[in-house]
Parts: sequence; structure tokens; C-alpha cells
Amino acid sequence: MADALLSVEDLRVSFATEEGVVEAVDGVSFDLAAGEVLAVVGESGSGKSVTAMTLMGLTRSPNARFEGTAQYKGTELIGASEDELRRVRGAEIAMIFQDPMTSLNPVQRIGKQIVEQIQEHEGLPDQQARERTVELLERVGIPRARERVDNYPHEFSGGMRQRVMIALALSCNPSVLIADEPTTALDVTIQAQILQRMRDLREETGAAVILVTHDLGVVADIADRIAVMYAGRIVEEGTLDQIFYDPQHPYTWGLLGSITRVDKPRPARLPAIAGLPPSLANRPQGCHFRPRCPHEFSECSKVPPLEAHVQGNPEHRDRCWLSVDEKLAKREVLPGEIGLASKEHAPA
Amino acid sequence: MGRFIVRRVIQMVLVMFAVSVLTFLIFNVIPNSDPAVRMSGRQASESTIEAIREEWGFNDSLPQQYITTMEKVITGDLKSQFTQLSVGKEIVKGLPRTFSLAIGAALLWMFVAICFGLYSAVKAGKFADRFLTIIALIGISMPVFWIGALANYYLGFKLGWFPNGGYVEFTEDPIDWFYHLILPWTVLAILFIGFYSRVLRSNVLDTINEDYVRTARAKGLGERQIMIRHVLRNSMIPIVTLWGLDFGAVLGGGAILTETVFDLQGVGQYTAEAIGQLDVPPVLAVTMFSAFFIVLLNAVVDILYAYLDPRIRLQ
Repeated sequence: MADALLSVEDLRVSFATEEGVVEAVDGVSFDLAAGEVLAVVGESGSGKSVTAMTLMGLTRSPNARFEGTAQYKGTELIGASEDELRRVRGAEIAMIFQDPMTSLNPVQRIGKQIVEQIQEHEGLPDQQARERTVELLERVGIPRARERVDNYPHEFSGGMRQRVMIALALSCNPSVLIADEPTTALDVTIQAQILQRMRDLREETGAAVILVTHDLGVVADIADRIAVMYAGRIVEEGTLDQIFYDPQHPYTWGLLGSITRVDKPRPARLPAIAGLPPSLANRPQGCHFRPRCPHEFSECSKVPPLEAHVQGNPEHRDRCWLSVDEKLAKREVLPGEIGLASKEHAPA
Repeated sequence: MGRFIVRRVIQMVLVMFAVSVLTFLIFNVIPNSDPAVRMSGRQASESTIEAIREEWGFNDSLPQQYITTMEKVITGDLKSQFTQLSVGKEIVKGLPRTFSLAIGAALLWMFVAICFGLYSAVKAGKFADRFLTIIALIGISMPVFWIGALANYYLGFKLGWFPNGGYVEFTEDPIDWFYHLILPWTVLAILFIGFYSRVLRSNVLDTINEDYVRTARAKGLGERQIMIRHVLRNSMIPIVTLWGLDFGAVLGGGAILTETVFDLQGVGQYTAEAIGQLDVPPVLAVTMFSAFFIVLLNAVVDILYAYLDPRIRLQ
């Protein structure tokens, strides 16, 4: 995409550990257009958070190695100096973290924590920065924002703290908002409120969003496009409808099959994908999903490229050797839903 | 915040009362012999012992004895059995000296320890960190009387860079006052710097991995701002506790060795001399006096703590 706001190309992040080199992110590429919501979905350890952190230069382990490029409005982010990154962080690309209980400094008033960021990037005088902060807090739905601005984080509930985090992230009108599991630590009713708020704010601000999550339910609510990650690679990428109604990769089938649905009769047991994700230090050759995939065949020992297979949908790409017709035939179609047949001898 | 302070002051009074009872018991009741004999020193005549017994009311009931003793301590109506000088006056005379030493040294050790600890943590595992670790361990391991004597001998006597012990009143000559205190401050601070910088280093290393520090970084703040505004303040909390206790102890005459080595004639040195002469009244008074400062500083620390960590104010 030529007009991409953020363009990630073959990003690789590896960590030297005692068990050998762990490739947490293994050749991830994607483009993010202005104003779009890209959901990055995957299990724990699929590399989705590391990808997000790396874009902000927040993967700070001395054992980490980075390759590939990530261009933001023509600026290279991977390997950029701290000074360059500082100008981007908060002002251009802002981040919301998973745990609102620990992501705010416990000994600083929340208003001050937001003012600090505004002043860092825009150098506003105290009074103006404070006004903007109160406005932001009102916008994210914190009642009595003018009084609450001088409260400490421990005086807020989890959902309210996440709202504060969102206000903080939006305070300098970033073009890209990276939300790393923003609702995972919250209870379900609060999740819905926070998602609603994020949707509204996206409409208002026009910021592009990278939503990192393991929860397809969250994704269905808000995403334009979805990238499914497995063991450090994107295995399937497409629009919301393509992924939900015409998933091409068996792993995606499995993910979709394991969602609870309120509009269908409840199954005795929620279907799950057999086996566990591979250890990143010791991944299978070829397709990483191979050991858990019931449709494995000889071709699978080679790494499948991320390519478009469905006719007329060049933006719908996946990493699977099966042909589209085979997939259609093998895709388990239970009445009204898509699942993954169980594999007899999946590794535990 | 106001209520917090009031509550803390009431607690402080209660603790002081408990300390006074304990001190009284330790000095006058627990040792299994006649307190009047112990108090009157070596080779006292029968009449002196009798006079002391009468004066301190050692024939009265224990609660009455306690009241008599505390009256003496609080009104300053205590006399050294050895010199017959008023203990209260001697302590007051030593106070400015002890305070000068304690305040200067406490500021010095806190400041240097913060610098060392923070730098060590930022450079964790690198050469600078290892170097500072070794320096800190040496500092902790060197006894004050030894390093004090060395400093006095080489820097004071041999090289003549510093005065060879002694003290000059601040009101008399502030520059000379400062000049006389440089060595005592440094020597007293060395031990604490070593210790505090180690504690701070590990606190900082813990705090650096907190989520809110990552948030601070994601906000685009500079490394210096992150360290000072977000890491240091959260790492300081345990250090402030230590500092309050140690500072209180030194204020109350706890720097016995430093004061003696540099002949500062403060409360600590007074204590050392009284102990050497088995002079009970001064030792009793100074014990109470030290306890008072430790309890006081403890309360100050708690209040400071509440300032540093707003979560504490609520409880």
C-alpha cells in the first residue's frame, strides 16, 4: 500500500536465552492505513505484544535482536535512536497497555501524568495543559473530571484507570494508537464500555488503531482488518468479513470454532484446538501449526508463503498449502459455525 | 493528612512512655543488686549511698521510683556522680556539636548514596556498577574508628589539610566550623553511603521494570525525567525509613565513635565518657534522649512516607 501510514516489512525480533535463540517475531509484515483499525490476534506467546512493543522501541531487553523495517510516515522506527523515538512516542504513536492497575504511576496525580506528556511534546503552559487534560478526561467518560484530575490512581477503579490510560494516549492527538490487550484485565461489562469508548474516539479523532488481543469477540466489535498470528508469524490476514466468514487457515478455523456464541445452542464442551502452541525456541519446521493441524500433509514441512489464494480478494492472504477448494471441503461446517476437526495425536 | 499527623503524634507519646518504663526497669530494677550502690560509683562511703537511696527514693514502691526517676530526667535535675556537673547542661552543651555532625553527615550520605545508587542501577552489570559495588562494600566494611583515625592522622596531622579534630562554634566562625566538620562528616557518611547506595540500587532495579515506567517511556519522556520523576520517587520510600532511623540515632548521640575520634565533645562523646566511668545518671539521661530522637524521627518518617506515597494517607 503506497499510502500506508505505518508500513512494517519483514520484522524479526529474536531473544538470546539460555535455551537458545527465541524468534518471538518471525518475519511480520503489514500496512496500516490512516484511520483504520487493524486487529492482531493470537494466543499468548504468538509474538503479537512483542510486535507492538517493538514498534514503539519498548522492547528493551539487552538480549533482543531486531531485523526488518517499520516505516512511520517515512521515518524508520526499528533501530532508531532514543531521541528520534521520543519524538514519535506519545505524540505520533501512543500506546494503551494491558493492565491499568499497574500502568499508572501510583504516587503521581493522574492529571499530572497526562499534563507531563502534553508538555513534553507541545510545551503548553501549565494552565492550558491542565484544561486539555480535563477535557480529555471528560471525553473518555470520567465523571466530575475537573475534581478527579487531582486524584491518585488508587482512587480509581480498573475501568476508570483504563479510561485514564486512553485519555493519556490520546492527549497529543496521535495518528496511531496501539492498544495491547486493552480490555483483558477488565470485567466483561467494563470491557464493553471501554470498547464503545474506543470506537467513539476513533470516529472523533480519526486515529488508526492497532488492537492487539487474543479475544475475537473484541475484534468483531471494532476491527476493519485482522491479522492472525501464530508462533511469531502472521498466518492469515484479511478484512473482518473475510476472516470471520471465509477463513482460509486451519488455525483461524480453530480460533473461530472456540468462541462461545449466544445465538446458537450451547455445545456440551466448547471446542478447543488440540495441543499447545510450540515453544518458540524449538518450533516445528515448515508450517508452525503443522503438529496441531488435522489436515497436515507432506507439503507442510515447507514454510508456506503469505499469499492471496481466494480469487478476487488480493488483500486476503494466508499461509497454508491447501488449495482454496480443499479448504472449503475440509473446513468443518457444523450447523452455522466454522470449526476445526480434532486431530487425533496432537502434541500435548 | 492533618488527622494522620495527629494520630502519629499520639502514638509517638505512647511509645515514649513505653521506652521510659523499659529504660527505668533496665537501669534500676533488672540488675540484681542495690541500685543506690551502683549509682554511687566505686568506693563510695555508706553515707553517700544512703543519701542517693534517699534522693532517688529507692525505698519507695516501684511506680513511685519510676515517677521520681522520670521527674529527674525531664527536669534535667540529674548530676553526674563523677563530676557533679548537671547532666542536662552537659547535654545541651553537646547538642549543637552533635546536631552539626548529624545534619551535615545525614545530608551528605543521603545525597551521595542517591547518586551512587541511581548510577549503579542505570549501569547495572557494567564496569561502573561493579566498581561502585566494590567501593560500597569497602565503605561498609571499614570501621569508623579505624578510618577516622587514619583520616585524622594522614589528612589532619601529616598533610595538615584539615584540622586535627576539635570543633568551632558556627556562630563564632562559620567557615572554620565547616572546615572542622568536613572530616567527621565524611567519615560518618562513608558507612551509610555504602549501605544506602546498595539498597537504593536494588530498589531502582525493581522499579525500572514496573509497568508505569514503561508507560512513562511510551509517553516519550527522556531518560532523566523517567529516572527522577517516576523511578526515583518510588524507589526512595524504603530508603527514607532507613534514613529516619539512622539520622535519629546519630542526632541522639549515636555517633559515639566519630565524635570521640574527632574530639567533637558532643553528646556521643559525653556518653562514651560516662560509660567509661560507670556514671549511671548521664547514661540514663542520654538513653532516654536518644530514644526520644529515634521515636521522633520515626514519626517524621511516617509523615514523609505519607507525602511520598499517597496510598498510605488513606489507611
